[in-house]
Amino acid sequence: MSKFRKINIDGTEYEVPGEYTLMQACEEAAGAEIPRFCYHERLSVAGNCRMCLVEWVGAPKPQASCALTVNDLRPNRDGTPANIRTNSETVKKAREGVMEFLLINHPLDCPICDQGGECDLQDQAMAYGRDSARFDENKRAVDDKNMGPLVNTIMNRCIQCTRCVRFITEVAGVEEIGLASRGEDAEITTYLEQSLSSELSGNVIDLCPVGALTSKPYAFNARPWELESVESVDLMDAVGSNIRIDSRAGAVLRIMPVINDSINEEWITDKARFNWDGLSRQRLDRPYIRENGKLRVAEWDEALSLAAEKLSGDPRKIAAIVGDLCDAESMKALKDLMISLDVKNIDCRQDGMTIGSDYRESYLFNSTINGIEDSDAILIIGSNPRLEASLVNTRIRKSWLAGKTTIALVGEFCDLTYDFEHLGTKPSDVLKVSKGRSGFSKTFKEAKRPSIIIGTGILNRKDTDKILNYINILGSKSNLITAQWNGYNILHTAASRVAGLDMKFLPGDGGLGTKQIIEYSKSGHIETLFLLGADELEMSSLESTFVIYQGSHGDSGAHVADIILPGASYAEKNGIYVNLEGRVQIGMPAVNPKGQAKEDWSIIRALSGHLRKVLPYDNLDALRSKLFQDHPSFSGIGYIDKPANSNNLDVLPQKVIKALEDVPFVNPICDFYMTNPILRASNVMAECSSIADSLDMTEAAE
Amino acid sequence: MSARRLSISQPSSFELSDSANKEINKWIKKYPKDRIRSALIPALWIIQKDAGGWLPELALRKIGDMLDMAYIRVYEVATFYTMFNLKPVGVNYVQMCGTTPCWLRGSDELKVLLNRKIGEQNTLSNDGKFSWLEVECLGSCSNAPMVQISNSAGDHYYEDLTAESLENILDELVAGKQPQQGPKNGRFSSEPLGGAIALNKDLSFKINILNKLPNAEKDTRVNYYEWDPKAKRATRRGWVDPKRKANSDPKKRSGNLGRDLTAGLVDEAPDIARPKRSSNTKSKKAGK
Amino acid sequence: MVELLKDEDRVFQNLYGFKDWGLDSARDRGAWLGTSAILAQGRDWIIDQVKSSGLRGRGGAGFPTGLKWSFMPKEVGNRPHYLVVNADESEPGSCKDRDILRHEPHLLIEGCLVAAYAMQAHACYIYVRGEYIQERNRLDEAIKQAYAAGLVGKNACGTGWDFDIYMHHGAGAYICGEETALLESLEGKKGQPRLKPPFPAGAGLYGCPTTVNNVESISVVPTILRRGVDWWTQFGRENNKGTKVFSISGHVNNPCNIEEALSIPMRTLLETYAGGVRGGWDNLKCVIPGGSSVPLLPKEICDTVLMDFDALRENQSGLGTAAVIVMDKSTDVIKAIARLSYFYKHESCGQCTPCREGTGWMWRVMERMVRGEADTSEIDMLLSVSKQVEGHTICALGDAAAWPIQGLIRHFRHEIEDRIDNYRANKPVFVQAAE
Repeated sequence: MSKFRKINIDGTEYEVPGEYTLMQACEEAAGAEIPRFCYHERLSVAGNCRMCLVEWVGAPKPQASCALTVNDLRPNRDGTPANIRTNSETVKKAREGVMEFLLINHPLDCPICDQGGECDLQDQAMAYGRDSARFDENKRAVDDKNMGPLVNTIMNRCIQCTRCVRFITEVAGVEEIGLASRGEDAEITTYLEQSLSSELSGNVIDLCPVGALTSKPYAFNARPWELESVESVDLMDAVGSNIRIDSRAGAVLRIMPVINDSINEEWITDKARFNWDGLSRQRLDRPYIRENGKLRVAEWDEALSLAAEKLSGDPRKIAAIVGDLCDAESMKALKDLMISLDVKNIDCRQDGMTIGSDYRESYLFNSTINGIEDSDAILIIGSNPRLEASLVNTRIRKSWLAGKTTIALVGEFCDLTYDFEHLGTKPSDVLKVSKGRSGFSKTFKEAKRPSIIIGTGILNRKDTDKILNYINILGSKSNLITAQWNGYNILHTAASRVAGLDMKFLPGDGGLGTKQIIEYSKSGHIETLFLLGADELEMSSLESTFVIYQGSHGDSGAHVADIILPGASYAEKNGIYVNLEGRVQIGMPAVNPKGQAKEDWSIIRALSGHLRKVLPYDNLDALRSKLFQDHPSFSGIGYIDKPANSNNLDVLPQKVIKALEDVPFVNPICDFYMTNPILRASNVMAECSSIADSLDMTEAAE
Repeated sequence: MSARRLSISQPSSFELSDSANKEINKWIKKYPKDRIRSALIPALWIIQKDAGGWLPELALRKIGDMLDMAYIRVYEVATFYTMFNLKPVGVNYVQMCGTTPCWLRGSDELKVLLNRKIGEQNTLSNDGKFSWLEVECLGSCSNAPMVQISNSAGDHYYEDLTAESLENILDELVAGKQPQQGPKNGRFSSEPLGGAIALNKDLSFKINILNKLPNAEKDTRVNYYEWDPKAKRATRRGWVDPKRKANSDPKKRSGNLGRDLTAGLVDEAPDIARPKRSSNTKSKKAGK
Repeated sequence: MVELLKDEDRVFQNLYGFKDWGLDSARDRGAWLGTSAILAQGRDWIIDQVKSSGLRGRGGAGFPTGLKWSFMPKEVGNRPHYLVVNADESEPGSCKDRDILRHEPHLLIEGCLVAAYAMQAHACYIYVRGEYIQERNRLDEAIKQAYAAGLVGKNACGTGWDFDIYMHHGAGAYICGEETALLESLEGKKGQPRLKPPFPAGAGLYGCPTTVNNVESISVVPTILRRGVDWWTQFGRENNKGTKVFSISGHVNNPCNIEEALSIPMRTLLETYAGGVRGGWDNLKCVIPGGSSVPLLPKEICDTVLMDFDALRENQSGLGTAAVIVMDKSTDVIKAIARLSYFYKHESCGQCTPCREGTGWMWRVMERMVRGEADTSEIDMLLSVSKQVEGHTICALGDAAAWPIQGLIRHFRHEIEDRIDNYRANKPVFVQAAE
């Protein structure tokens, strides 16, 4: 435990933990405001902006409060606690001086600067700066640098705080930005102005305290005070990052992270941040009906009647699959509707994974995202967490940087931003870990809190059960699952998956799963298929099937659809989402659905009317009540429903089946920027994707 | 100094010579195994020498690969330190110190000369044989003004210059000769012009005597020669440089920088404190 | 009359390189004499002796060397200890370490062994400035000799202590003379000073306890221990004990390096060894007594001032590296200081704001003042900017950039004002803006 130390701040004595920095002590204990530019609580301390200087009475110079800890202070000669002043004349002068230095070479282009209105430099110049300029020389000119399609640079504005350098190096784990040259010529750049390759590069825009690094897609779009903001949940992966959607006049203009220490800290991935141009492209804004092979615009009534007609046939010849971006409410409504129609062929696992019918613990990321930082040995199987859940990967990297964990990988070799032992690529290599006695096997078995991260790529294989068996054997020989710890982690990539599994949106008794539905559609045994935002299927098999597609984007599902029911994207609807660790979160609409599109649950509710199977809820609240009642795990918004019974932890079958085939694992994501219809509609993401491709090509060529 | 950038024109390929490669690997061994990037600066220097006095971009990447470093980190270092030339320099690269101590002693004259003889600074002369740069203090202030000239023969200081003596040096270089390094006004090193006021006698007989450490707590024998690698233990005789043995006459010993400066000095009592093979006790020696 | 230092009391007997630098010759001069006996006295004795000798760091700051050594952890934990020698001599005016490196390398190597033993370091890196290419080759040769003679390496000097010594070099950055920047550079990074605390004694090279000492501080230690604290302390005033190598440059008749006792009067130093000021003592304008970083002193002070830490500090300057830069009456002192301002602008690492932005600003104003193209009110502004840099930076380069300008304004304000007036008298004022 930390030792408390006494400190006198601005004349009042406080007791604070000794390892607190002076900045923390001043702000948290004394409530004093300390200006800063370079300091960021999630990055290493640089102490270079010199804005946070405070006076330590008796010391010859003012001290950088971001770097000095309370433990570093000596008490006064008479034994009284050290005196810190945050509002003395010395401090005021020091701040004025630093502010002046920061401004002498900073251009006066605030009127055309995208940071205007949310600029640290602007704000602090107002609060701590001088009223007039004394600098009579020419200002410095710095060449702008290319950093790729996401980050715009106006380097004249840079104040060399190096936050971007530290973020890219420490958190993103790719050493791509640096401070080159020296003295007043020091400039931020990437190596030969190459594009950033990090999947987290957009965060440098938020970190930049001035307008040097701004968002390229958002450039000159809006002023911050014109924007309306709502908080929501990111659906581009299954992490459930908290986001803020900024919109103006019905258009989403940007997306920014919201701090959530349990999930995304304060970062988001580039696809979460820059998918918004996809929200206004390729949109389904009216119902359509296919006639003579061509889609024609239809009215809602017409489309719903036709859909009802098709859905009222033989329930054994009807099926429904939901996609990756669905809210829990619409899935619940669809499930209830299908049950009322006696349709058993329903599945929420469009990638064909076969787990989920068991206890909740068998498909969750059980260690939790925060908890993975406590794991002292991590085995990754068939996954590239950097692409599948970038912000989980940053947690692993953080733990690795702190030397708290050892990591090994069985699966496709990839750059994970940390060192790991590559144990192989095949299922049998998993077995080797459990049989092994040295190296990582030993580490893993001796670890107090080992964890296994299982990629979804191994969950839709013929030998999935066997692989899970191997994992189970390893688990039984280690502390993988104890009363206090559960390191059995499924790394989902689909934002809607856990919610779907939680409400058992799975084939009923004798019902068909995704793979069979597709097979049966091809052979004609399934006649009508309802796709709720499901676009990642093998659509060529559905040509003879009557497809009702409900969704927001004209992607692969809409291409084979016979009826299109236009739904809302995540930015346009209320929705409950459950992330990969089982945390329930709520998203809010920032703008209205496009054209005639409607919130998804209400479309299904309307459809139920046409089917004369009216669902028992007239509004969202009633639907949610029903959802909470049927599936209580949804009711704890913001929380993870904890297992009541620790026996649930024994989630895996115990029988050992001998391996028959040994096909290497394949990671589920190969193109980070193109994983769902919204991203595929985005021009920005397309550009990122092609740059990433070209990088891969050069690497392959070398 | 403006922001330092890589040269626009870059060679299409870069091969590290075997000797440079060996040299770099020697440096790498100086540091703990997980700290080999410590060798970055020496390695860049070696590569720069190898590549003809400047650092092509491919060389930066080469060194990044050798030391397992991100290229941007190599780039940062290459642009930070001013001795790394990012653009080609002349075969003879003249760095002229222009900082105050040299300026006080007339570095402006040298500048005029260099401008006249070579041309604008930081650009290659017409024949490509020279380029020059005004640099900051090179640490030879009591021999100001001075230049450092780097070429295939090495890097040499030319000190106590006048425009005239620098012109001679440049002319010699043009003629393909390698001028003698050091002060150009008759001084040997940093002693005053006209002869040293101090340290012009050999006093080894006076200071090379030690019986007992002053203020010593423990009575420890003072050995004149400590460690004899042949005997694998400390001996009274210890190791004698074979070269020195051959040249025991102090007047024949080679002085610094290839010049015998001991000539003319009075060796008042040569080798007086050196223990003789036959001498047995410390006290005897000390007695002398 | 001041008593001058006798030749036999000079530590660096071969300062000028008249004799061979090699091991044998160095031994003739007393190097490596009784080293094993020194180590046999134990760590505490060595540190005690150095402490009581009153040796103050010769690199500029004058911090007591023995005290610095005693900051190292008493016991070696799981991190090894390191000794790092700062041979990045780059202070304009200073060229003393160069002579030690090229002419007395064995005193340095011996000092490294003694110091490293005292602080329980098995490894020592000597960071030589990049431009000293001949010097570092010389040092490398000397290290090889010492290894071959068994003086360093495994079982150094037969004492049972394993000691490795390595030469490392920089590549042109004044800032690497700052100890933490030097450590960064030694780790293969840009030479940007670190925040302190943690101090190097707690977390230095590779995060391990480290002591960084100047070449001269380390090199004199074996001699102090051999000849005794009493011998050492007879030189210099209280708190300023010992001898010191002075570098004398600028407008003297015979610029030179010379080892003398501390507290020697400046006038004696210049007139005895450097042949006096060009054109006689009365032709003296001012002196920068301790390398470019310290404020200059006008002739009135130079007449009587003693060359030691305290006397110079009392006169609002400093001993620094004892690099005496002399300027006679012909000197354009504004230009001389402006050139230093350019030096600091050139050498600022660019890490922290006041120095990165302030050095360039100050230099530009100084350049205008050289021409007189300024307003008299800008003198005060310049002074205020220099105060804004001073004390607000991570390392002392900010202070070093500010002090020469402050010294100039303190003593030669009238000259700046005259120049501005002259400029205005001869030229229309509006030309100012067009630069």
